[in-house]
Amino acid sequence: MDNNSDQRELTVHIWRSEASASDDDLQPDGAWQTWEVPVRNSQTVLDVVTWIQRHRDPDLSYRYACRVGMCGTCAMTVQGKPRWTCRTRIGTVVDGNELTIAPLRNLPIIKDLATDMAPFFDKWAEAGAQFVPDRNVDQQTMAPVKPDSRARRTADVAIECIGCAVCYAACDTVAWRADYLGPAALNRVWTLVNDEREASPKEHLKAVAGESGCLSCHSHQSCAELCPKHLNPTASIAGLKRKSFLLALAGRS
Amino acid sequence: MTMLQKPWAARHHPAWWAFALHRISGLTLVIFLPVHLLVLSQALDDPRQLDRFLTWADTPLVKIAETILVVLFAAHFAGGLRLLALEFLPWQNSQKTFIALASGFALAVGIVFLLSAFGGVD
Repeated sequence: MDNNSDQRELTVHIWRSEASASDDDLQPDGAWQTWEVPVRNSQTVLDVVTWIQRHRDPDLSYRYACRVGMCGTCAMTVQGKPRWTCRTRIGTVVDGNELTIAPLRNLPIIKDLATDMAPFFDKWAEAGAQFVPDRNVDQQTMAPVKPDSRARRTADVAIECIGCAVCYAACDTVAWRADYLGPAALNRVWTLVNDEREASPKEHLKAVAGESGCLSCHSHQSCAELCPKHLNPTASIAGLKRKSFLLALAGRS
Repeated sequence: MTMLQKPWAARHHPAWWAFALHRISGLTLVIFLPVHLLVLSQALDDPRQLDRFLTWADTPLVKIAETILVVLFAAHFAGGLRLLALEFLPWQNSQKTFIALASGFALAVGIVFLLSAFGGVD
């Protein structure tokens, strides 16, 4: 045991899959497997999973990349809540001596803790969550956008999403409606609707002003509660609802 | 082989409980309203039957059940106003305060009803 360890051990329960997801069953049955893991200073949940994979079971599957909270790759369900594991310290989530780690909800399990993110990003594409530049603006000169303008500030508030799918896993509406676009995609569309450089904000609005879009949100606010970047997709979706309503009143929906 | 557990930990925050209360009170309202109208219709169809019902409804246990209904409906009313504000007015970051105010309103209405039902307030 090295100097970094305080000789305590953590009882870690990790979800092991028995099969990969199928079309009928995104998250097939599996089983909990338990290990004792030495506690270290400033240890993160990702450190724990990595320790188990390197010292106890090389067959354990999980996914990470940057380890510094930038890439949004390592999210898992920790103590029943979706979280980014690279920035979640054990001391902030363990009350006692037990830690449970499972794959993200609402996404197909590939193996163990690794989920297939494709449906999550497919819905960004379905939502039309892609910037379309205004071609009428002279491309050779920089379009002036005042950072303190109201529209820019509204867009900025929602713009730091890293695509970790924590909000998507936390969302009950996603669990209830397979076609619901989800908080992250709608949050991204809200930034585009408010972007002064966008060619057609109204087209973005129309793409999400339906039952699979913003109108299905029940405002549970779990997305805002758990977003590791402290964004508020519920506020963005409420904004989309408001603008959709005004568009419908104007007879242009 | 076991199933993954339901995500109750992720739901344990005021806005989700406010949603649950709004849904439960709404469903209660859906059940209550037809029964309420049926009872009222007895005034035309069978007044003596209505009198017997009202005598039964005057018992303490029914009054307490009625208080629970009143609290649920007040919560649905206040929660509905909160949701309308959330969706139609510019976003406010005080959502948890609004939930607390709506809950306080529902409890206050319930207390007033309870006092009134047991003769403390007319």
